[in-house]
Amino acid sequence: MKGKTIAFLSGKGGTGKTFLAVNLASVAPSAVYIDCDVEEPNGHLFFRPAWQYSRTIHVPLPQVDPAVCNGCRKCVDFCAFSALAWANGQLILFEALCHGCGGCMMVCPNQALCEADREIGEIKGGTSAGVRVISGFLKPGEATGVSIVKSLLTQAGSGCSVFIDCPPGSSCMVSESIRDADYCVLVAEPTRFGAHNLNMVHELLRLYNKPCGAVLNKCQPGEDPSRDYCLHHGVPILARIPFDERLGLLNSNAQIAVREDKGYREMFQALLLRIDKEACDAAVGHS
Amino acid sequence: MIIAIPVSGKGQNPAVATSFGRAAHFLMYDDETGQYKILENAAMGSTGGAGIQAAQAIVDSGAEMLLTPQCGNNAAKVLAAAGLRIYKTDPGLSAMENLKAFRDNELEELRDIHEGYHGH
Amino acid sequence: MRQLVILSGKGGTGKTTVAGAFIRLSETRACADCDVDAPNLHLVNVAYPLRDDEPYYALPLADIDPALCVSCGECHSICRFDAIIPGGPYRVNDHSCEGCGVCALVCSVGAIHMKPHHAGNMTLYKKENAVFSTAELKMGSGTSGLLVSQVKKRMNAVVEGDIPFSVVDGSPGIGCPVIATLSGADVTLIVAEPSLSGISDLERIVKTARGFGTQVAVCVNKADINPARTRQIQEYCKREGLFFVGCIPYDPLAVVAVNRGVTIADIQCPSGNAAAEVYRRLLPVITQRSH
Repeated sequence: MKGKTIAFLSGKGGTGKTFLAVNLASVAPSAVYIDCDVEEPNGHLFFRPAWQYSRTIHVPLPQVDPAVCNGCRKCVDFCAFSALAWANGQLILFEALCHGCGGCMMVCPNQALCEADREIGEIKGGTSAGVRVISGFLKPGEATGVSIVKSLLTQAGSGCSVFIDCPPGSSCMVSESIRDADYCVLVAEPTRFGAHNLNMVHELLRLYNKPCGAVLNKCQPGEDPSRDYCLHHGVPILARIPFDERLGLLNSNAQIAVREDKGYREMFQALLLRIDKEACDAAVGHS
Repeated sequence: MIIAIPVSGKGQNPAVATSFGRAAHFLMYDDETGQYKILENAAMGSTGGAGIQAAQAIVDSGAEMLLTPQCGNNAAKVLAAAGLRIYKTDPGLSAMENLKAFRDNELEELRDIHEGYHGH
Repeated sequence: MRQLVILSGKGGTGKTTVAGAFIRLSETRACADCDVDAPNLHLVNVAYPLRDDEPYYALPLADIDPALCVSCGECHSICRFDAIIPGGPYRVNDHSCEGCGVCALVCSVGAIHMKPHHAGNMTLYKKENAVFSTAELKMGSGTSGLLVSQVKKRMNAVVEGDIPFSVVDGSPGIGCPVIATLSGADVTLIVAEPSLSGISDLERIVKTARGFGTQVAVCVNKADINPARTRQIQEYCKREGLFFVGCIPYDPLAVVAVNRGVTIADIQCPSGNAAAEVYRRLLPVITQRSH
């Protein structure tokens, strides 16, 4: 697989999104793994990369000059996010609530506000047994990690297969994470819960017109509402991975299964071929 | 001195609301006249930063004291800037009973300030 | 009415499975699903004949009146969220718009207004004296503490008579909706997962829950997947003085129960038995009158 960008999504955490992205990146000949789940980045726990660089991510933050501010409170009234308050003759700013829209500066009649940089997190890059690993880390309590995701995606480079581990759900951070994806892999569990959450993310992909397939994880004999959803909505099922105690144990200890076991390696190599084929077909179908 | 309490109703002896920022109303008690009035909490339906907006309203009202079951750190920052002091209500008592307990020095200052809303 | 809140540091630990079992075991007449991003409780907590829906409006988003727009491009150049789509007339991408209102401020012809955004629906299920409050955000609407507060408020508003406690299924993570869930909670049960990442998730949620002064109890789901990590969680609870209420095993029958639309307490299965034991141990803490 050359140069394709594959994104991994799920409606909820714990479905095995990171497990799939990490193991597939580990069997690809030349891979970049990008962890866009910036609130809970777990991919690096598996890869344990030697970090080679890090970069802090900033967003604009208003600053007030108390000598110029006359307390008109126009900025307090304008701010849609309640990031500003006025008490005891001083302007109080709540950094984590500020979206950096710049509106407060625009409404200030006295130019008492200007903007500085505020750190909201960082990105780190390194390697792990031939895989380039790039992770984003959002500071706890920050409103949004969209700017970190944007910055992460500029690091992909060219010529490699890119594996994007998206945040769970269908938030704007997910929309941002899949922007450049050639193909999306939905990961779901074989339950009514799984099918309900699958539907939510699938809707998002339809909105952005992204080709996609599903991997059903932790399958067992019997009913599978997620499979039924896929069949009913024409989502190709790329694999059904059975529940496997050994996989569960490796995964819970943050070990990469394909690096521990030949059988798992072959399983993931086959899955990668399947995804590659689907992605190529989709590209042909699209053009 | 005006003492503010978040309340869930407007009746004679309303219950204390479970939260500060999303309380339905504030009971504003004037301990010099013994009179009180009800202040609607415009921040109740706010999508984010409700604690900050509610704190701003309390500060603007001129209250000097707040009795509440809990308070987020964002709201506490606004209240502290204005010099307001915060006491923890007794969960077993109504708003009026809490006022009496406060006057009898039976309430403690609120120390557990929880994390505020993150606006998302 | 006391309030039991069930939380987890991240999704997929089995929080809703446990919440469903507790609702059945306690036969409580008041419960709520505060996981408004991906609510699942209604799929196993059924049998409420009455249903009441109400739309939920979030922070207003920008709306451009095509009849007034002169395509000057001012809004497009000022928007920092790439939310304005150029054209004749210009349009707003609801997915990217954060509702700051700057575009409306700069529009020289007054074509932009902030319009209430229908972000989801709130549902109240009812049967004789019993209520189940839930809500669902529309895709891509992000998370909201307000909606969580509304879900709980709607539950509390219709509760009749004396109920010992309500059961509330919280949302995963440690963000704003979790904080709104914790507001008013008397007891918090955290459903943890025995994995390396699960332990760090647990530590973060414990820290958050403690700030609210609720009593915190912990149980481990799928405990036998990794017995060493389960022991680690037990030791952590002991060190931190948290009430460790027990373990629930990995159980294929839990999946069978969910797929039949019932809780693990409705069928005979190992996870259901273990959940009942966890419930029995936690009950005295939930019902005690003083803090």
